[in-house]
Amino acid sequence: MKVLKIATAGSVDDGKSTLIGRILYDTKSLTDDKLEAIEEKSRQRGFDYLDFSLATDGLVAEREQGITIDVAHIYFSTPSKSFIIADTPGHIEYTRNMVTGASTAQVSIVLIDARNGVIEQTYRHFFINNLLRIKDVVIAINKMDLVDFSEEKYNIIKGEIEYLASKSEYKDQNLTFIPMSALQGDNVVHKSEKMSWYKGETLMHHLENLETDDISDISQARFPVQTVIRPKTSAYHDFRGYAGKIYGGDLAVGDEVAVLPSQTKSKIKSINFFDKEYTSAKIGSSVTITLEDNVNVSRGDMLVKVNEVPTIAKQIDATICWMDSAPLEVSQKYYIRHGVNDAQAKITRLASIIKTDFSGIEENPSELALNQIGDIQLKLSKPLLFDSYKDNKSNGSFILINPKTNNTVGVGFIK
Amino acid sequence: MSQRIIQVDALESEAIYIFREVVAQFEKPVLLFSGGKDSITLVRLAQKAFYPAKIPFPLMHIDTGHNFPETIEFRDRLVEELGVELIVRDVQDNIDSGRVKEETGRYASRNMLQTETLLDAIEEFGFDACIGGARRDEEKARAKERIFSVRDDFGQWDEKNQRPEVFDMLNGRIDLGQNVRVFPISNWTELDVWSYIEEEDIEIPSIYFAHKRKTFVRDGMIWSADDEVVFRDKEEEVLERMVRFRTVGDMSCTAAVLSDAVDIAKVVEEIRDSSISERGARIDDKRSEAAMEKRKQQGYF
Repeated sequence: MKVLKIATAGSVDDGKSTLIGRILYDTKSLTDDKLEAIEEKSRQRGFDYLDFSLATDGLVAEREQGITIDVAHIYFSTPSKSFIIADTPGHIEYTRNMVTGASTAQVSIVLIDARNGVIEQTYRHFFINNLLRIKDVVIAINKMDLVDFSEEKYNIIKGEIEYLASKSEYKDQNLTFIPMSALQGDNVVHKSEKMSWYKGETLMHHLENLETDDISDISQARFPVQTVIRPKTSAYHDFRGYAGKIYGGDLAVGDEVAVLPSQTKSKIKSINFFDKEYTSAKIGSSVTITLEDNVNVSRGDMLVKVNEVPTIAKQIDATICWMDSAPLEVSQKYYIRHGVNDAQAKITRLASIIKTDFSGIEENPSELALNQIGDIQLKLSKPLLFDSYKDNKSNGSFILINPKTNNTVGVGFIK
Repeated sequence: MSQRIIQVDALESEAIYIFREVVAQFEKPVLLFSGGKDSITLVRLAQKAFYPAKIPFPLMHIDTGHNFPETIEFRDRLVEELGVELIVRDVQDNIDSGRVKEETGRYASRNMLQTETLLDAIEEFGFDACIGGARRDEEKARAKERIFSVRDDFGQWDEKNQRPEVFDMLNGRIDLGQNVRVFPISNWTELDVWSYIEEEDIEIPSIYFAHKRKTFVRDGMIWSADDEVVFRDKEEEVLERMVRFRTVGDMSCTAAVLSDAVDIAKVVEEIRDSSISERGARIDDKRSEAAMEKRKQQGYF
């Protein structure tokens, strides 16, 4: 079944949990026992409504404080599609969590409280969606019931977002504006009877009818080798299979390929998946490939079509989102993980901090703190095989790991 | 050869990718095998990830001694077919030596006791990655779990300080003494698992299908009365009912559901229409709202 990955963004009071609860409730995805548990807890806390955040705030600390700290994943399906929602916290101090949740999303839903309109947080959510180049963004203008379902209010907010979009460098983004009341269920799953002026789809209708193929990144084929499969049994004595996942494009038997970084050339002999062979494999498929020639291939090497070679370099310019409480400083060393490849990296330049509210940049800062986004330059201990993030998301992104703590401290988007 | 194009399903492709990362990033991985449908699914995915080579790590069963006999039979047959190593460690040993104390009374269960045996086994064999079949849709604390989840010497989960997992890059770097719990089917739902079992025609233990069983009812849940394991009051009446099990945990904490689903197609249909969640039949989760989070902090799977 097709899977659609969605990230939600919005501050606590925009009704994000209510929206998710409403989706689950109206698609009949909340089972009786879960619903009963929510009813009971809501009652215990003296609420006269169902607090759907109780369904998703899975940690004691979150329920104590009534906030979402970490990304929660919510699963539901309709007859035609499976949905995974990464419910991300919206506060500025959780920018890293929002980036994390949105990194795997094909669609992003940005919630706006119709009473407050576009606020600073909206800018930030919009900025991150652009940085991550999420193709389909839904602007959910919520709490329409509190502004008398006013078309004028809706149009003002729509206009402001469209103005923001006009300033963004990412032009392929599809924006869909939906006026709704998550609390009352208007335009979430069921069409609202109170906003006849709105001719568009409901949220669920929009999500169900999105062609996921159209929003994934179609680019040149990249096949980073994860591991080499050598059964060494009598039946497969000479079998040398390269196991990996195809990022971008397709690969077919007979394709002339270059093995990077050595640039040795060969041809694809077979594409195997479990006990069957195929003539070609599509984007996103984890397969095993054998080559015509006995060439030297190991983990971290990459198979590409001969005329589609990525950049091979020991220096990277990137935008980075910092995720660690210890700030990034120039001349510090980290491990870099790019796809399945590892190297050491030294920060050679911290060019700027980018303000996520579109208010500009701060040039030549001394450090990049937790949740800040900036432009950096890296020197690598060995050449990596990369693309620009805008051409290939998987091959254009990396993480930095602190060698002392082993923690993932930053995520980078290659220029 | 005629044109044969493959597009591996997104969830299956993700799980295979994760298995391959485990083997590439760790020295001593192990697959935790309970004989339940999720770990059986993991085994099939591991086969696919490394075919035509054998699964390159052993399977380990932490045996509570309260397993359904059907599950054990099934386990032994599967291991033989695959030609992989099976390690079994018994909770009973720790009870006998007095290292852990068995619960008593109405809701007594050995489920919690598994943790100690698991941690001992990790230390004994020096495993640095334990692959398990937990899914995020099972329970809301699990929904917060990473795919590579780092645990310390005591098996503790530091839930407030987890590594961000961006795109599909998995950071398996750990210090000596730490280990990683790996969850390849994190993003699968119960229905995804059942649909996969149906599509792949994977054999599963018979207790998952509707069968006649001696049972009794307590607190609205149906318990097996076939065995001595589940504590039963004298006045609790035993009746033969048509039931099946939706999850296969320790017998003492796993309730049955009334069902006519005698084959996989009917099971899938039943799950699709069900109005009760899978863990609704697990008494170990009903102890408190934070039951799962607390167990995980102590090293539970």
